[in-house]
Amino acid sequence: MFENLPLFPEQASEQAAQVDALFFFLVAVSAFFAILIAMMVAVFAVKFHRRRQDEVGDAIHGSIPLELFWTFIPLGITMVMFVWGAWLFFHLTRAPKGAMEVYVVGKQWMWKVEHMDGQREINELHVPVGRPVKLIMGSEDVIHSFFIPAFRVKADVIPGRYNTMWFTANAPGRYHIFCTQYCGTKHAAMIGWVTAMEPAGYQAWRSGGGATGGPVENGAKLFQDLACNTCHKEDGSGRGPVLKGLFGKEVQLSSGQTITVDEAYVRESILNPQAKVAAGFQPIMPTFQGLVSEEQVLQLIAYVKSLSGEGSAAPGTSATQAPSPAGGAQPPAPPAKKSGMN
Amino acid sequence: MPDGHAHAAPLDAHGHPHEPAHPKLQHHFDDMGQQAEASTLGMWVFLVTEILFFGGLFMCYLVYRWKSPSGFQEASFELNRVWGATNTAVLIISSLTMALAVRAAQTSAKRGTQVFFLGLTMFFGLVFLGIKAIEYTDKFVHHHVPGPHFHWDGQYPKPAEQFYSLYFAMTGLHAVHMIVGVGIMAVITWMAWRETFDEDYYTPVEVAGLYWHFVDIVWIFLFPLLYLIGGHFKG
Amino acid sequence: MDTITTAPTLNYLNSAHGLASWLLTRDHKRIALLYLVSVTAFFAIGGFFAMMIRLELVTPAADFVQPDTYNKLFTMHGVIMVFFFLIPSIPAVLGNFMLPIMVGAKDLAFPRINLLSWYIYVLGGLFTLTAAVTGGVDTGWTFYAPYSTASSNSHVIMAGVGVFITGFSSILTGLNFIVTVHRMRAPGLTWFRLPLFVWSHYATSLIMILGTPVIAITVLLVAVERGLHLGIFDPALGGDPILFQHLFWFYSHPAVYIMILPAMGVTSEIVQAFARKNIFGYAFVAFSSLAIAIIGFLVWGHHLFVSGQSTYAGLIFSILSFLVAIPSAVKVFNWTATIYKGAVSWDSPMLYAFGFVGLFTIGGLTGLFLASMGLDVHVHDTYFIIAHFHYVMVGGAIMGYLGGLHYWWPKITGRMYPEGWAKFAALTVFVGFNLTFFPQFIVGYLGMPRRYAMYAPEFQVYNVMSSAGASILAVGYVIPLIYFIWSLKYAPLAGKDPWGAKGLEWEIPSPPPTENFAVTPIVTERTHQYAPSREVGIA
Repeated sequence: MFENLPLFPEQASEQAAQVDALFFFLVAVSAFFAILIAMMVAVFAVKFHRRRQDEVGDAIHGSIPLELFWTFIPLGITMVMFVWGAWLFFHLTRAPKGAMEVYVVGKQWMWKVEHMDGQREINELHVPVGRPVKLIMGSEDVIHSFFIPAFRVKADVIPGRYNTMWFTANAPGRYHIFCTQYCGTKHAAMIGWVTAMEPAGYQAWRSGGGATGGPVENGAKLFQDLACNTCHKEDGSGRGPVLKGLFGKEVQLSSGQTITVDEAYVRESILNPQAKVAAGFQPIMPTFQGLVSEEQVLQLIAYVKSLSGEGSAAPGTSATQAPSPAGGAQPPAPPAKKSGMN
Repeated sequence: MPDGHAHAAPLDAHGHPHEPAHPKLQHHFDDMGQQAEASTLGMWVFLVTEILFFGGLFMCYLVYRWKSPSGFQEASFELNRVWGATNTAVLIISSLTMALAVRAAQTSAKRGTQVFFLGLTMFFGLVFLGIKAIEYTDKFVHHHVPGPHFHWDGQYPKPAEQFYSLYFAMTGLHAVHMIVGVGIMAVITWMAWRETFDEDYYTPVEVAGLYWHFVDIVWIFLFPLLYLIGGHFKG
Repeated sequence: MDTITTAPTLNYLNSAHGLASWLLTRDHKRIALLYLVSVTAFFAIGGFFAMMIRLELVTPAADFVQPDTYNKLFTMHGVIMVFFFLIPSIPAVLGNFMLPIMVGAKDLAFPRINLLSWYIYVLGGLFTLTAAVTGGVDTGWTFYAPYSTASSNSHVIMAGVGVFITGFSSILTGLNFIVTVHRMRAPGLTWFRLPLFVWSHYATSLIMILGTPVIAITVLLVAVERGLHLGIFDPALGGDPILFQHLFWFYSHPAVYIMILPAMGVTSEIVQAFARKNIFGYAFVAFSSLAIAIIGFLVWGHHLFVSGQSTYAGLIFSILSFLVAIPSAVKVFNWTATIYKGAVSWDSPMLYAFGFVGLFTIGGLTGLFLASMGLDVHVHDTYFIIAHFHYVMVGGAIMGYLGGLHYWWPKITGRMYPEGWAKFAALTVFVGFNLTFFPQFIVGYLGMPRRYAMYAPEFQVYNVMSSAGASILAVGYVIPLIYFIWSLKYAPLAGKDPWGAKGLEWEIPSPPPTENFAVTPIVTERTHQYAPSREVGIA
């Protein structure tokens, strides 16, 4: 094709082919109906063109069988689209177990990336080819959105909560990252590059340095520096709940509600501890709002997860939880080994 | 019939019947009945829009109360239930006097009777607003007004501030509607004094009555949702 | 058509003179013209902002305007086009003029409220324009929090107040239409004898009264949070930004049906008149308007698929979004079937109607891409979305508006515009529109995000195509402005029924007298009958 006239984005992830398959199906259906209507209108306009000034059309009022026909056929087609799109969405949003986790913080107007081994990047994300990667994303200020067109994945990055997205890159190369939720003056400059590398190259990059301790280690350090360990003692003698083995479990709150200890709950407990106090404990934990940055919160979360053997550093004993969206029930486990629809 | 419909014969040039029209009949209506029905339907449609208008705030309330039930309960406790209940009674009685005012106009009662009931309705409306002023002042004094001077001694300061934001937004919006209602009452009362209303024409009273009842009903929802959260939990 | 040489008698245009007779009028026809002037002015302003946007996007760098300015340009373009042009256009101009006549009434139910509604519209517009000229707003027309409440340093509150005020104009118009259709129909004019234009405006009015109050309170809350720093939507203050999105889209999705339903009503009228044939499937087309209005209230969450909202909520919104497409499809098939075995004229209103059917079909079909959750993930917030909504709103709604203006211009003004120029303009609009917006589907799927002042270089060719198309489109819009104004003084007079069309409006003089009807009509069959009413199947 022409040098600078791309017609179609490259497919660089396993998800891309699946998304494109649905896209082509919709293009085919749309083209069929659009051409059908256009042609019928054109043909009728010509064939039944008024020949005399006073000519009148035929006395036709309708046909119920025809109405039903062109109601139920589109209904059937749209329901196929719905099911396919829904299935695809479930697949796109449920990261498989053992996915490599990477933390991303969006802030006006840059992307801050932190790998589990401590490697940090700004507006760059290095990932290995062939391995599922799960991004856990938060925002420091306003709503952003992390979009990798070549992978066909996107998720809003919203302050006050975590959103996740995942992908498996399957073609080495450099691909655009775009912020796709308007966030202010330099929204269009909040862009970057994903570099997908063959496993060997990725390993080389990982050991290339720049690591300043992983989130887990940094989190452990923060846990001490901020004196969390004075109340959250491992032997249970402290004023706060024991955190070892806690992540992923269900706990009862003093209000009677039961919640699951996930990233969102840990974050809330750090920044707004009175909101959901565990049953049997006093509401005396001070708030750390303003004392820790979003990145530091993510590091503390990584540390707390490690106390349950969670996170990609070690195989987990319980499923890696995505943060619960507001009010939503926990989703079922993703369907195993679905290949793209072809 | 070439154009598909006939033209009625015994009408004047405007299509009106020949008897003299009621002085209050607007020119685009055929008769008083149509005018009255249009006006009342118009007010009903307007009230539906008001339901949606308040509805947005009720949605915010729903979401935030669901998020912090204990916080809302704690915050609600600091509202004065006696004043709230009094205001509820005041509004219910004002709806009664309003209904009596409509009936008075409907039955061509003497203007004194009409003005009496309309005036009473206005009076109760003002009583309501006065009590709200007392409550708002109390909240101001206790630093429960959201914003830079908000101060909360309880366990849930953030939810409390959200609760009071909603409290002031919802009761404030309601109070604005009450003020408008009192203004409307004043105009209707003046019209009643001028002997405008009788059994042939009382639509403005009826329509004002619909509005007044609606504002009353909104309060009936606001009162338990704001004042009575967790009322049966003691300690 | 015959050229009439006798001057028109007393009509609504010459029955009273002077500025006061216009600014204090209660005549729905004059109010419609007040709206016509103001709506056209806002279209020009919104169009100017569009030209600035397209000029900037000719090159990948932000070299025409600063990014900050660009952000304000697209915001103002969206706010003005949505709230001050698209939403009022057909209902407030063509609806105000035609609806009372089509139901056989002398005016709307509440003429003074009609006038008030125009003043409210102008007042809200002034607030918003003030915000524009004193520095602008840069939040996007969607005002997402917390950017709008905490981060933006532009005139958010003033623009928000403008939108808030104008919302009441919409509410009052809807209220007036509903009461008029219920209570002011001429004797014998039952619901199923009403023109489809009336059905579609009735459905539109339902949306106006139910949806607009919610955007009003939402915009109010944004202003309150921004001004008083309360934590409603800003998570830093304890609020929930997703709550804003739900409240905003609860109105703003049905709002798009406010924009398209009237255009669909216009299309039904034009297709019948210019095929000289009854609409195929009258009841289905009538009920489809109601179905769109009702189902349209249940789909707003498809704007939140990637926000992290519950997947199960997403599923419900997705399936309903597919369902809302079905009544639209039914309409398209019925219009096409109406042309079959009609006596089809190619006069300019019909050209606009053809354009509407084709472009709305494409726009509506691309909506299916967005209803499909897995696919929406990729195209959300890209130029694919921009292309989709411009196809339905510009290729659809604006074509419908222009078609309606052309169709009823002789009735409104008593003059016939020059048909040759009108055909040329219609074709120019069609070509310019497609050249502007079709490339945006491609560049959107490629990944170009929306609201970008600068973009990746590989997107440039499509942007150049799009900007070239925009200049052609602009020409297509300016031409009717010129010949419509010209026609007021120099064009031949049009008679009562220059098109040979059916309907109550074509039985009264052009321009109509102030009271519309000398005698109240009594209706015995559907007012738009081109054939006897005995039901016949497909011939």
